[in-house]
Amino acid sequence: MTDVAAHGLIALLLPAFSFLVLALVAPLRRSGLPAAWFSILCAAGALVAAVIAWNHGTDMGRAPMTAERALWMWLPGTADSPFATVGVLVDGDSSRMLILVALVALLVQLYSVGYLSDEPRRGLGRYYAYQSLFAFSMMGLVLAPNFLQLFICWELVGLCSYLLIGFWYWKPEAAQAALKAFWVTKAGDVGLLIGIVLLWSHTGTFDFATIRTMAETSAIPMAGLSIATFGIYLGAMGKSAQFPLHIWLPDAMEGPTPVSALIHAATMVTAGVYLLHRTSWLFALTPDVLAIVAWIGAITALMAAVLACVQEDIKRVLAYSTVSQLGYMMTAIGAGFSAAGFFHLLTHGVFKALLFLGAGAVIHAVHSNDLARMGQLARRMPQTMIVFVIGTLSLAGIPLFGGFASKEEVLGAVWAGGFVGPFALLLVAAFLTAFYMFRVIFLAFFGATPELDSQAMAPPVTTEHGGGGHAATHNVTVADVLHVHDPPIVMAAPLWILALLSLAVGVYFTFEHPAAEFEAPAWLTPAAVLVAVAGITTAWLMYQRRAIDPERIAGALAPIRRAALARFWIDDVFAGAYDIAVLGFSRLVGWTDRYLVDGVLNVVSAETLETGDVLRKLQTGRAQDYVYGIAVGLIALIIWMGFLGRFN
Amino acid sequence: MPLQAFLILAAVLFSIGLFGVMTRRNTIGILLGIELMLNAVNINLIAFARFRGDIVGMVFSVFTICITVAEAALGLAIVILLFRIRRTVMADQLDLLKG
Repeated sequence: MTDVAAHGLIALLLPAFSFLVLALVAPLRRSGLPAAWFSILCAAGALVAAVIAWNHGTDMGRAPMTAERALWMWLPGTADSPFATVGVLVDGDSSRMLILVALVALLVQLYSVGYLSDEPRRGLGRYYAYQSLFAFSMMGLVLAPNFLQLFICWELVGLCSYLLIGFWYWKPEAAQAALKAFWVTKAGDVGLLIGIVLLWSHTGTFDFATIRTMAETSAIPMAGLSIATFGIYLGAMGKSAQFPLHIWLPDAMEGPTPVSALIHAATMVTAGVYLLHRTSWLFALTPDVLAIVAWIGAITALMAAVLACVQEDIKRVLAYSTVSQLGYMMTAIGAGFSAAGFFHLLTHGVFKALLFLGAGAVIHAVHSNDLARMGQLARRMPQTMIVFVIGTLSLAGIPLFGGFASKEEVLGAVWAGGFVGPFALLLVAAFLTAFYMFRVIFLAFFGATPELDSQAMAPPVTTEHGGGGHAATHNVTVADVLHVHDPPIVMAAPLWILALLSLAVGVYFTFEHPAAEFEAPAWLTPAAVLVAVAGITTAWLMYQRRAIDPERIAGALAPIRRAALARFWIDDVFAGAYDIAVLGFSRLVGWTDRYLVDGVLNVVSAETLETGDVLRKLQTGRAQDYVYGIAVGLIALIIWMGFLGRFN
Repeated sequence: MPLQAFLILAAVLFSIGLFGVMTRRNTIGILLGIELMLNAVNINLIAFARFRGDIVGMVFSVFTICITVAEAALGLAIVILLFRIRRTVMADQLDLLKG
């Protein structure tokens, strides 16, 4: 095993070790904080190992990385090639993704110590056990050298997502959201499984490297390959929340905010994008599927951006923003330049985690998700405000900030791929992105001071912590009552690390433009920046200066607004389809079972009882009657045998 | 005398015994019927032994007679016990097996 692969393996196994210890050693798990620090220690070790693997593989980033593998046989096959292997495949993409996963996992775990400080000890231990399991599964997915291991880890991260969304399982919304996430992604996963098996029937192997060689030498039979790649895309669609399977992601916000940052923004939901990037050589063979990917990605990006504009819940804005950005990445992949999508994935992972953790700090302080209950927070939470603005500028794609270069890259890729329609959709989405994010900033950190009314005084409904206001007089802000202040150091440190990282990435890539596989037109960068600035200005005019009345805009766009508030009825369509298909079928089956199957059984049993009632009278109990029977039977037997001539 | 005569005698005796078993109300009468049936069998055995010149049939009948004695003794003992418990030996009143 090479040095690089060994470090990749260490990074993979440390969280697994942490999970096993926390799962098996009950006293440690129940102790709460020690369990937390144990898990954090393992996550830190994993990050160090991941960075070393990348460092050694690329010679401190100076050389392109070669793929290093360490494989073990799992299921034996023929003599020279096993049916399935497990192991790690460390190359340029997986090592960078590994660093992102390890970094965000570590920071989120650290942050959770502060965020979940009110949690009972047992709950905290359980939380960190899940977190470790998630880190292991996600790294296993990233490092998977074949489709089979990838699929197993794919399902494992889905399980962790379910467990962590439903972490507060006594809340009915959380339990429902967890179920919804599980089912919707599972619908996509069926496609993924079918795609993998179909691909296996085409190529006879699960191994990435082997299939890649076959793809590049045109050794894969093309007939039916589109179905296989489309199946794989379905899996990515469910996991990466593409239209119409995006409906689970906004509901997943019922989980703790750090979980949303880690799983539903930075890492797990990007697994679909990662998978498509990982198998881009395969998708290149089926341009028709790629076109579907691009169009659905662009539609997702725009639709989610529109939805984000009407949300009143700060986390839901971010959730739709994540869906929208995932649409960006998918569109770039669909345009045929998956590296651009992957680049956006990496930068997005950093600044979206930052935004979620920042929102978590606000929620932690205000005890509410509701934007209407925030306002003027900049005065009391200056640090949080600064890092949140950095994250927002990154998301909007302003030069010198994290998302700038990658967003240009995505837009350039889509234009260069010749997808004019999706390009236009993405440009509109870019405007809306800047608009809705600054709407959040102006509503939460600046703008009007929300005065306490009777409703605000009541224990807040949407709170995650269940804490309420203390005694207060009128004309006092929510912030005053709750003693709103910046988060403690364990929460602030991850925020600052992510913010500085976001800035560093932004500054570096603004001047050192990454080598692209395509030529972007010169007007692209000014256009994109102009669109973003226009979005910011609009938000400023509407929510800060109040020069434009939001109500009038809402009135002018009433049909769209109504549709957006109803989430474009997509949930309703699914619910209706469920009602008609599943419930209808269930009712049919239920009727059949109740009246046909049970009916036949009931008739048979009733008849049996009645016949028995009649026949029991034969049993007189008198020995002589039985002798009669035997004698008559004997005579009948003799006669019968005589007739048949069997007597001799 | 031909073999058929013995066999007809045995068949008649067996039928009389069977008729007794089926029709007698008194348990002791039933036992007597059973004895008759067993003796019909004995006649059959002896007749075949004689006409075939085979000693085995006779040996068999000696065994049957012994078993019949034992059976009669056991049967009478059961009847006595039955009488002590139920105060009757009439077979049609002994219908504990009634369904």
